Amino acid sequence: MDLFEYQGRDLFERHGLPVLGGGVAETPQEARAIAERLGGKVVVKAQVKVGGRGKAGGVKLADGADEAEARATDILGMDIKGHTVHKVMLAETADIKEEYYFSYLLDRANRTFLCIASVAGGMEIETVAEEDPDRVAKIAIDASKGVDEAKAREIVTAAKFPADIADQVVDIAVKLWQAFVAEDATLVEVNPLAKVGDGRVLALDAKVTLDENAGFRHPDHEALEDKSAVDPLEQAAKEKNLNYVKLDGEVGIIGNGAGLVMSTLDVVAYAGEKHGNVKPANFLDIGGGASAQVMANGLEIVLGDPAVKSVFVNVFGGITACDAVANGIIQALALLAERGETVTKPLVVRLDGNNAEAGRAILDGANNPLVQRVDTMDGAAERAAELAAAGK
Amino acid sequence: MAIWLTKDSKVIVQGITGGEGSKHTKRMLAAGTQVVGGVNPRKAGTKVDFDGTELPVFATVAEAIKETGADVSVIFVPPAFTKAAVVEAIDAEIPLAVVITEGVPVQDSAAFWAYNVGKGEKTRIIGPNCPGIASPGASNAGIIPADITPHGRIGLVSKSGTLTYQLMYELREFGFSTAVGIGGDPIIGTTHIDALRAFQDDPETDAIVMIGEIGGDAEERAAEFIKANVTKPVVGYIAGFTAPPGKTMGHAGAIISGSAGTADAKKVALEAAGVKVGKTPSETAQLMRDILS
Repeated sequence: MDLFEYQGRDLFERHGLPVLGGGVAETPQEARAIAERLGGKVVVKAQVKVGGRGKAGGVKLADGADEAEARATDILGMDIKGHTVHKVMLAETADIKEEYYFSYLLDRANRTFLCIASVAGGMEIETVAEEDPDRVAKIAIDASKGVDEAKAREIVTAAKFPADIADQVVDIAVKLWQAFVAEDATLVEVNPLAKVGDGRVLALDAKVTLDENAGFRHPDHEALEDKSAVDPLEQAAKEKNLNYVKLDGEVGIIGNGAGLVMSTLDVVAYAGEKHGNVKPANFLDIGGGASAQVMANGLEIVLGDPAVKSVFVNVFGGITACDAVANGIIQALALLAERGETVTKPLVVRLDGNNAEAGRAILDGANNPLVQRVDTMDGAAERAAELAAAGK
Repeated sequence: MAIWLTKDSKVIVQGITGGEGSKHTKRMLAAGTQVVGGVNPRKAGTKVDFDGTELPVFATVAEAIKETGADVSVIFVPPAFTKAAVVEAIDAEIPLAVVITEGVPVQDSAAFWAYNVGKGEKTRIIGPNCPGIASPGASNAGIIPADITPHGRIGLVSKSGTLTYQLMYELREFGFSTAVGIGGDPIIGTTHIDALRAFQDDPETDAIVMIGEIGGDAEERAAEFIKANVTKPVVGYIAGFTAPPGKTMGHAGAIISGSAGTADAKKVALEAAGVKVGKTPSETAQLMRDILS
């Protein structure tokens, strides 16, 4: 889960990192109140989880509460690369003398964590790494040892931070690591980390990604989730414990196993190239043990998407037996009818693997005009795409 | 022969008395696996009956190894206890630990991996969040269905469980030496490269299927390895060509970050290493059929 900047700032503050005073507002009036509290010049920043907000006009300076209210009025409701701005963060301004970069992140390739630090901050670190690789230090962190003062000194030396601020950066490096571990983060990025006029080093931005798998030991993390940005279908699926991602096509997809469902999306997209360019409408993995109830919940979510014109149910029976899945589909359709939902969209079902013959016989026996059986994945994708194109 | 798991492997189950643990212990036994016991400190000293096979429950992995000679542990404990379970297996120096559990915090996976490295990597870890390893006709450690395919001469390594089953099914006419599901988490123990190296060295594996998906650069690194080290034919498949960037697709590690981790980049890298990459699972199976027929 990616956090908004203001949530990252609060998290940094809780872990003792030096940040500027700030607050978050959803209305221009709230922005005014925060600006009054902060006093003097403030910066008003759009809170969106996408880069390039500055260029898009989402970051403005304001001198006093009146201006802060006016800038907040401008920025709230803006569209930045498809993200509507619902909140602005107001922060004190700083007299920036130098800008640096500092982050901890997951290093998948080396199965550990990595520190990236640079004295060239304030711009995309990828750009610096390309144009000036000598100015970017990458230091592996041993997950069993972490970052203590000695390790922090190693980082500061490797990244060539100036001597006059070295001690401050060491302190920040240690605290930032502690925050990274304590919060089960997979990324903490400070860009810029800045030296300001009075010589202090401050975290002026905060990009934080938290590990959702660690949610069980962080009950407070749930409140950080941005419910307003979640697609309503995704929200409904989440409440039913379904692994669903909304996409923008017409063929609803239900399958078992993340890899097989991803593969199904691809196969449907290829088939769509021949049929009105239809595309997959969603990713939905119903997992290994697909009961009738889970199938019904899945079908309800997928059929609840008005863009869906046909549904492709793609199941490879591994541990799950296909006869159970077939019964699940038939019962799911009955369940939906009981709930008063008239299903009118065609379902293409492909069953293979464990007890496939029995499963296919059940589908044939049910004789539901909406259910079509195709026994190969490619063939079924083709049929589902064709039906979606016809229904467009 | 097979890689890492043979008919002589003696398997214990950590979490043998739990729902998933007991269900799959039964299945592993039915597949002919030598399951010799389980671990649960709270039920140590008791026996559990699996359709007529009585298995002893031990307090620790070390005790289970001492009493049974076990050399493989399959771990089914819940995410909150997985790190401790794996660390215990490492401390007991079991040669192979297969971590089935899904939803393990990535810092926990990083921690047990670092611990394993610190202890000299005496334990091969497969997973977490994986279906395990199966050597058809010989032994089965995990949840891969045992009856999809007979024993044969194809080796398979995959990030995805159901795609593993799909390819095993499509190529069942040839059979498999070993199938390894390495899992789709960002940090995993055994990698594509580890399995490719083992298959290359296994005299009873003739060809290799490698299945990858979006996220990270494991497939690109595997491609480099293949170019330099693998002389056996390799057929590849990558899932997620149409996945949008920035969205996690089911597996915690299946995410395109910026421009990194795309299926296209992986396909290009594999093809540059001489790997034939199928557009769909069926086409991938056909590529392998063409090689073996």
